[in-house]
Formats: sequence, C-alpha cells, structure tokens
Amino acid sequence: MTYLLGILQTIGVHTLLGLSAYLLLLTGQLSLAQVGFFAIGAYVSGILTVIFSWNIFAALALGSLMAGFFAFLVGFPALRVKGLMLVVATISFSEIVRLFFFNLSWRVNVNGVEVGPDSTQGFREIRYFAANGWEQIHIVGLIWFVVMVVMLALWWLDQVRAGAVLRAVGTDELAAQSSGINLTMVKVAAMTGGGVIAGIGGGLFAHSTTYVDHHTFVILLATFAVSYPIIGGLRSVIGTLLAVIFIQGFIIEGLRFMGDYRNLIFGLLIILVMNMRPQGLLDGHLVADIRKLLSKLTKGGKADA
Amino acid sequence: MLSVNNLVTSYGLIKALKGVSLEAKKGAVTCILGPNGAGKTTLMFTLAGILAPDTGTVSLLDQNLTGLGAPKILRKGLALVPENRLVFPDLSVYENLLAGAFTQSRAMAAQVSDDIDKMYDRFPILKARHDQPAGNLSGGEQQMLALARALMSRPSILLMDEPSVGLSPLIVDEIFAIIKQLNEDGMSILLVEQNATKALQVADYFYLLDQGKVTFSGTPDQLKDDDIIKRAYLGGG
Repeated sequence: MTYLLGILQTIGVHTLLGLSAYLLLLTGQLSLAQVGFFAIGAYVSGILTVIFSWNIFAALALGSLMAGFFAFLVGFPALRVKGLMLVVATISFSEIVRLFFFNLSWRVNVNGVEVGPDSTQGFREIRYFAANGWEQIHIVGLIWFVVMVVMLALWWLDQVRAGAVLRAVGTDELAAQSSGINLTMVKVAAMTGGGVIAGIGGGLFAHSTTYVDHHTFVILLATFAVSYPIIGGLRSVIGTLLAVIFIQGFIIEGLRFMGDYRNLIFGLLIILVMNMRPQGLLDGHLVADIRKLLSKLTKGGKADA
Repeated sequence: MLSVNNLVTSYGLIKALKGVSLEAKKGAVTCILGPNGAGKTTLMFTLAGILAPDTGTVSLLDQNLTGLGAPKILRKGLALVPENRLVFPDLSVYENLLAGAFTQSRAMAAQVSDDIDKMYDRFPILKARHDQPAGNLSGGEQQMLALARALMSRPSILLMDEPSVGLSPLIVDEIFAIIKQLNEDGMSILLVEQNATKALQVADYFYLLDQGKVTFSGTPDQLKDDDIIKRAYLGGG
C-alpha cells in the first residue's frame, strides 16, 4: 500500500512538472527551465515551513509564486531566442538555480534543533506533514487535488480565448502576430504560468519526500518534464497525465527488474513516438474519435431511456 | 493615406531597405514590383511592425506608426496578408476568421458575426468549407481565407505580400478579381507582386523596388512605356 501510494505521489508530482512544460509547449517553446522553477518552489516552501514555521498551504502558495516570479523575469530575455538557443538558455537557468542551492547554507536553530538547507549535505528536515499528523494518504490526496485543479485550469484555458491565443502562437508566430497577438506577452505569460505550476509541484515534492538536495534538480528531470507532454500530445492535458502514468508507472516502476536497461527503453520510446505518433499518443484524430464515441454512447443511452 | 518616408531596415549589418519612400493613396491599389531579394517582404514586415526600422517614418491617416509593435499597428488600421498565406492549419475556416477578429472587443461580438457573414458572402467557398481544418484547403482557398482573416480586423489599408505566389494561373485570375472587387468597394490596398502583367490589371500606381531602393515610380501607362521595365518584368522587348 505504501509502495502504491508512493508511486501515486511520484506520478502526481511529475504530472505537475509535465503540465508546466505543456503550457509553454502550447506556444511552441521548448523550455528546460521547468526544473529550475521546480527547485525554487521546493526550497522556498521548504524554508518557509521549516525555518519560519509557516502553514503548509501558505508556504506552497508563496513557493509557487516565487517560482512564477522568476519565470516571469527569465521569460523576457530567454524568450527572445527560439529553438536550440532557448534550450541552451533555459538549461543555463536551471543550472544556475541548482548551483545556487548547492551552495546555499542557511542553518537556523528552531526549538533546539539546527535546521535549514545545508549546501552539499542537502535540505533534510522538511517534516511538516509528519510533525502535523498527516498520513501518507492525506499527502497523496493533497497532491492529486492540486493536479486536478491545475488540469481543470488548463482545460478551461482551451474553452476560452486564451487557449486559442496560446495555440495560435505555437502554430505560426507570424500569422499570430498578423492577427494582432502580442507575442512577447503571450510567451512570458505562459512561462510565468508554467513557473507557478512547477513551483507548486516542487513544494509538494519537497514536503512529501522530506529531503531535497541539488542532485534532485538535474537537467535529466527537465528532459522528463518536456517529454511527458511531447509523448502525450498537446491536444489535451489528459495526454500529459497518460504519458506520466505510462513512463513512471510502467517504464520506471513496472520494468524495475530490468535495471539500467530501462533508460534504453525510454530512448527507444521517444524515437518510436516521434516516428509513429508525431502528434503524441493522444493526437487530434484520437480526441475526435473519442468525442464521437462518447456522444454516440450518451445519445444511445437517451434513446434507451 | 499611408506615407513612408526614408525607411531603413537592416538585418544585422546588411541593409535590406536603404531609404524607401512611398505613398499609398486612399481608395487606390498601390503596387510594389521588384525581383527576388529587392526587399519587398522586408518592407511589408517593417510596415506591419514585425521588423523595426533603423530610421525613417511610417504614418497612416496622420497617425505615426513608426516603431510601434505589430499588435498596435494592426489596431491602428493596417493589416497584413503574409506571403504564403500562413493560415492556422489545425483551426477550422470559421475559427481562422474569428482569429482575425482578435483585436475586436467582446462588446463587438454581434458585429464580428456580421463580418463573418459578409466574408462568407464575398467568398462563398469559405462558407462551404466553414467547419473544415484550414490545412485541408487548396492554395487558392487558403489565400482567400488569409485575405478574409485580415479583413476581419476592419483595416483601413490592406497590405498583401505576393498573393499570387504558388498558385495556378486560373486561381491567380480569381485572386486578382477579388482584389479588384475589394478596391471597388472602397478598400485601399498596398500590393507586393512579382507578376507585373497581373498587377497592371488592378494597380493605380507603381513603385519599383530594387536592392532596397525605389528605382521607379509612376502610373501603369508610364510603367508600360519604360523600356527597361518592359524587358525585365513584362517580357518581350
């Protein structure tokens, strides 16, 4: 049971990471900065609950806002470049963040115990949940509540004008610009939103594992973050969730007996998806087919009644 | 109505426009002719605000447009139909038209749907295909869609960048008939073309752009009489 809940935790947190990259990918921008925002969310909210004894919700909120704020700042210079150069710029950002926390030593005596980030030794005392009597099932519940809220918010974006604007920029910047869309504003807004989502994911991650250090926030995690929406497809937020379940649940956990060979499979999977389903697992046609099926089913149900 | 004064635009060290001045009159079709690499598209991009000029001024109906970004320039009444059409391929024809009304406020919803009906009247093929993805349309239909999309912003002048590019002769005839009709309905148009023979049928005034400079300007008759232009653009000699 604990093992299963643990996997649910991981899937939930990785879904948030994936969704933060998803939002930016809608505008056609591939960013590896998501892990940097994730790290900011993790450390800031951790510091707030551990050193300043904040309530978890307030700490998560401020952690994700801080991540969003840095995403906003980074967005302006980073989004002036495109493609490969954006990848390089965002990798640099993530590395700067990682190395900052690698060097951050902020030990404080709280109730007779020395706590706080301890540079290379990591940040070990993020025990808010245990100290306040949360059980694992509650933590999983909180994580999935946040995942659902974020997914609903992103789904809602597609029901209103904002989603169309994001996708227009992703489809063709020149055409979007000719229709009067302010490219910089849209991209920076997507970057900021992605930062907020990654930041809250980082906060939840830090508190659910009770321990973070700089090894957690390497670029590999950022490549996972972008591969979820790419494998899942950009048609729907569900695609990202499915991809996380598939990769974390099946490839990483299900094939654990294969040890390091799993990485080979992961690489193979990316190549297969690019060749066989270039629009992702859940592409436009599949979404349309599912809609048709659903409407048939509901209509059939009415006819019976 | 649109006046361009001594416009210089460069890509890094390379000057693509070296001081271009021209005037597009209200209710007229003004045509810019020029060979590949003359700076035609650069000029269009600079006028539309996609590129920023180094020096020079652009003004439309006495409003200064120089250095404003593309979104602001569109709102001031200058709409660009980009070269190669650039419709949103995954969106339906109807959604593409809605995208064109992006600058209209929510309060204008009734007017927007009115405008869409007008576009359907003008381009019946778009009405027939209103729910199809724009990417499935033929080149000519996409050109009409791109044109209709630009008109949805209710511009006071329309810039068209090589509307004939990559289209079969019959479709080109159709596109030019539409341009003529639009102009007769009162739309001011600034047209970039390589197809001089076709442009002669619609344009009221010509500018010849070569290597970033205006090398000739005049009426269609003056253009036809010019020996060099005749040889270079109209064939024969």
